[in-house]
Amino acid sequence: MKPQTEAELAQMVAGLNEPVHIQGGGTRGVKGPGRAIETSGLSGITLYEPGALTLVAQAGTSVAEIEGALDAEGQQLAFEPMDHRGLLGSSGTPTIGGVVAANISGPRRVQAGACRDFLLGVRYVDGMGQIVNNGGRVMKNVTGYDLVKLMAGSWGALGVLTEVSLKVLPKPEASVTLSVQVPDAAAGIQALSEALKSPFEVSGAAYDPDAGQALLRLEGFEDSVAYRSDQLKSVLSGYGDVAEVTGSTNLWAGLRDVTAFHNQDGDVWRISVKPTDAPDIAARTGAERLLFDWGGGLIWALVPEGTDLRARLGALEGHATLVRAQSDTVTRLGRFHPESAGVAALTKGIRQRFDPRGVFNSGLVG
Amino acid sequence: MEMPTPNPDVLRRKAIVLQRLLQVLPEDAVIHDPSETRVYECDALTAYKCPPMLAVLPSTTQEVSDVLRICNEEGVPVVPRGSGTSLAGGALPTADCVILGVARMNDVLETDYDNRFIRVQTGRTNLSVTGAVEEDDFFYAPDPSSQLACAIAGNIAMNSGGAHCLKYGVTTNNLLGVKMVLMDGSVAEIGGAHLDSGGLDLLGVICGSEGQLGVVTEATLRILRKPEGARPVLMGFDDNEVAGQCVSDIIKSGILPVAIEFMDTLCIKACENFAHAGYPDCTALLIVEVEGSEAEIDYQLSKIIEIAKRHNPVELRESQSAEESAKIWLGRKSAFGAMGQLNDYMCLDGTIPVSSLPEVLRRIGELSQDYGLPVGNVFHAGDGNMHPLILFDANKPGDLEKCEAFGAEILKLCVDVGGCLTGEHGVGIEKRDLMSHQYTPADLEAQMAVKDVFDPNWLLNPAKVFPLEASAGRRNAQIAAE
Repeated sequence: MKPQTEAELAQMVAGLNEPVHIQGGGTRGVKGPGRAIETSGLSGITLYEPGALTLVAQAGTSVAEIEGALDAEGQQLAFEPMDHRGLLGSSGTPTIGGVVAANISGPRRVQAGACRDFLLGVRYVDGMGQIVNNGGRVMKNVTGYDLVKLMAGSWGALGVLTEVSLKVLPKPEASVTLSVQVPDAAAGIQALSEALKSPFEVSGAAYDPDAGQALLRLEGFEDSVAYRSDQLKSVLSGYGDVAEVTGSTNLWAGLRDVTAFHNQDGDVWRISVKPTDAPDIAARTGAERLLFDWGGGLIWALVPEGTDLRARLGALEGHATLVRAQSDTVTRLGRFHPESAGVAALTKGIRQRFDPRGVFNSGLVG
Repeated sequence: MEMPTPNPDVLRRKAIVLQRLLQVLPEDAVIHDPSETRVYECDALTAYKCPPMLAVLPSTTQEVSDVLRICNEEGVPVVPRGSGTSLAGGALPTADCVILGVARMNDVLETDYDNRFIRVQTGRTNLSVTGAVEEDDFFYAPDPSSQLACAIAGNIAMNSGGAHCLKYGVTTNNLLGVKMVLMDGSVAEIGGAHLDSGGLDLLGVICGSEGQLGVVTEATLRILRKPEGARPVLMGFDDNEVAGQCVSDIIKSGILPVAIEFMDTLCIKACENFAHAGYPDCTALLIVEVEGSEAEIDYQLSKIIEIAKRHNPVELRESQSAEESAKIWLGRKSAFGAMGQLNDYMCLDGTIPVSSLPEVLRRIGELSQDYGLPVGNVFHAGDGNMHPLILFDANKPGDLEKCEAFGAEILKLCVDVGGCLTGEHGVGIEKRDLMSHQYTPADLEAQMAVKDVFDPNWLLNPAKVFPLEASAGRRNAQIAAE
């Protein structure tokens, strides 16, 4: 099913009598049961005002098209959405609706915010085939409940996104990456915290335990980056040898897309925790490979196939998501972290009201 | 302003409800004498007043839970209250309600610089959150003008903003987690010191839900390291439209100021008389502030000044000292108070696309002529969040009604140019009946469905946010069920 308009989609959903799954570009490795509702027919940038830092696009618009339009005006999606294709071995074209539905954010999330923080408005078709609008295209909006945030990261469980409005930002004029040699993970994460606690506006803070390297990114105007880079070097000098990394654009794209795990056997987990908890939690994973982003707050773990990572972690303040695994492992362990009884009841209640017949992406989220 | 008829059954059972509340709260936390409940009869939207049936001031999450459970069982509406600074009537009581004030819960529970968060009880004021960490050079970013008085609880309920959110975002962008009591008394922990939700982003919908989904008793807030320095520049223009174009050009240039504030003649004069900040005498004033080291500030301001010069400003002046900067901001942040010295006023809060600024300002000017009521404009220009202040005389019969009709036209105009009714103050009762202008019945149903999940009996702050006729079925179902 590939509707060409929002109205056609609404009619299609109203007439459904079996579960379906919603598919943007199909690159994020989630495929529910039933036939696909493809959003690729709902494509195109509907409004772009560089002077207001606002872009509105239909959900099926490719991320590449949006990034191309922004690039032409020297702007960007500041939340730096990851491309999952390399990690998951998927093909297809990532769409902006998919990015929003999965709340996908990259390394700059630690400073600039997540996809959901840049999402100004949504239009979607709910499980009854009703067209719903929430938010808008202005930067500040507290008119009624913020269903915009609720839709971001709902993985298609509440409705089919048809249009999204995003805040965009100017591309930085310059970027510098500093590396600090810190063999010990706990000290490495501490170095990231030190940098993020500084006033120098670090826009990327990752730790690669294999290389024993903490990586810090600074962005902005050229002189400002040079100044902050000097300052940050002295802040970090106590942790190990500090050096400037060349060719850092690819480096951060690689961290964003977790290229270190591409074509490696095993399951991939993504764990969100309080940064200073990260070294202990990472040790508990028993992972073959690890990568820390978001100042330590995001742990990528590569573990042998079928590993019940959540059992290894025990009680966790945060959440662990199974990103890549065989489908029987996903079925057995669940993709998303189990919620407390109270939160699970709220999630279930919301799903029931947005999609009373349970036609969308059943089995995903809650 | 129409409010639902108080439920006579609830009023009749006041003594029973009072007795039950006294079983779970200390005596001094329950206010029942009509001379004392009057203190809670309104918030900062003082045009509307109604003393509550009772008011309670719990000190712990457990006490909040007990109060809500009892009120839920008794079918008594509850209106949560932070510091009562809402400009939208978010904390306006009904005669049959219990006001639940969180003012006694104001402790700092945890401060963690390595992980850059602070956990507080939500009765704590906005400014005192920063106060708790500023000795260590940290701050909490959202800065509503009422920050000296307003509580974090209310900030979360209204998703409050402030002058500096152009760079740092509003409350929802700085809120990491909450402990929240639902109307049935159950306690939910949502979010925490980690980033993002593992499931549905419930935190995102709780923030800005105007006290209709639960009572947040604890909040985990993101704190940031203070920048090395900050400096504002004043720019005066003799034309609103030119000032609006200058704002757009600055934003597009790649510089991200922390704030771009706009004032028109009426506000400039009122604020200057109040704060003596040296504001120029002109049609449109911009205050643009940037942050960083001295050299970074110089560089950014030089670029901004270069842009401003292309628009022939009548005044262009960088602040020369910390004292001068403080005065410039004092003037801006006192705008509402300063305007209050001129007359009674109604403060609006619509947001528009930045590109529509000149058109909307022109139209407001025309409407001001039509209605015969003066309007001052002071607002966050960088993000299009307008604050037209309509002056009127509350003692003059018909003036308030005229002012409200004028205000409604301005807000509809904001929606019609692609904006919204409220950017940071919330809907409350003030904009409740205009919601249908921005949202279709299906849009409103989707929002109300969320309340159905959190508060199935529609007892929490029930007559707010949604047009009364839209929520009538749900509110009356609860009353009929008793």
